[in-house]
Amino acid sequence: MKEQRMKLSADRKAGMMGVLVLALGIGLMIMGIRNGEVQVVLEKAIKICMECIGIG
Amino acid sequence: MERKVYKQTFRHVVQAAFFALTNGYVQGFVTGKIYAGGNKKICVPGLNCYSCPGALYACPIGSLQAVLNSRQFSISCYVFGFLMMVGALMGRFVCGWLCPFGMVQDLLYKIPLCRKIKNLPGHKYLTKLKYVILVVFVFLLSSLVKDITGLGQPWFCEYICPSGTLFGGIPLVILNPQLRTAIGFRFIWKVLVLLVIVLMAVKVYRPFCKYLCPLGALYGLCNPISLYRYQVDQEACVKCGACQKACDMDIKVWETPNSVECIRCGKCKNACPTHAITTTCETFSRRWKRTNKK
Repeated sequence: MKEQRMKLSADRKAGMMGVLVLALGIGLMIMGIRNGEVQVVLEKAIKICMECIGIG
Repeated sequence: MERKVYKQTFRHVVQAAFFALTNGYVQGFVTGKIYAGGNKKICVPGLNCYSCPGALYACPIGSLQAVLNSRQFSISCYVFGFLMMVGALMGRFVCGWLCPFGMVQDLLYKIPLCRKIKNLPGHKYLTKLKYVILVVFVFLLSSLVKDITGLGQPWFCEYICPSGTLFGGIPLVILNPQLRTAIGFRFIWKVLVLLVIVLMAVKVYRPFCKYLCPLGALYGLCNPISLYRYQVDQEACVKCGACQKACDMDIKVWETPNSVECIRCGKCKNACPTHAITTTCETFSRRWKRTNKK
């Protein structure tokens, strides 16, 4: 019973950590978008990436 | 037995549907050119080369390297934030359900050509290789090795990524005569890497995901804390080992239900005779129903 309760508490902690990482991820994404990183991604992704396909 | 097969078929349907949804630029397969619309600034969760003729979105590993390679940025908040967000939501569920190259390996493993094995010899050590690839090829080489103009190269895409060769390189070379004239050593190297992985995938379950994928390595680190997790009811579990027997990633689910190697395919859940394995979503929905009844 005690072991089960400890597992539940560890599970709750993992869940809270997940929410924290999720919030941090969203925050970082917004920061990246505001920094203009999206433009770099777009410029790379709309041209055939010769290195990616093994040419050039 | 039928229920188990049905559940795995459902997973393959989801994999195929997600592939079609994110690679639906049919015109690209006709003209040999790639989609150049605004959607390409958005990353997909799985390893999906943005140079695939059908790709409508960007590959997160390719995008991460593109930002690290650039002159303006030394870190990528956008892509790293995206990976953290997806990882925190579902961890390696992406590998099992949404990754196109994962789907290809699943299908290859179904070919009844030889006796199947779960792991390669030295499995325990080989699983660490993906972290080396993540750190060396994706982070270090991409951000530190730059040319005279200050631009770097996407090292992982250039020398390893078999997904880029399969979904981008080979179709483009077939469809575009100009590209065909530019084939050199690097293309042959990449085709060889793809060939080795394809042949291995017929015998070993998902060798690329187990040993080489940097995206799986990142998502795997999020498995123990992701919102979508597995839970084992220790009172119901009889430790019969049926879950590990069913698991193609060879995980002792009753000990580590949220192992960094777990791709959330659900085979262990279906195999459990006492239904001791549940997901956080199921627990949440059960609690929700109970509260609503009251």
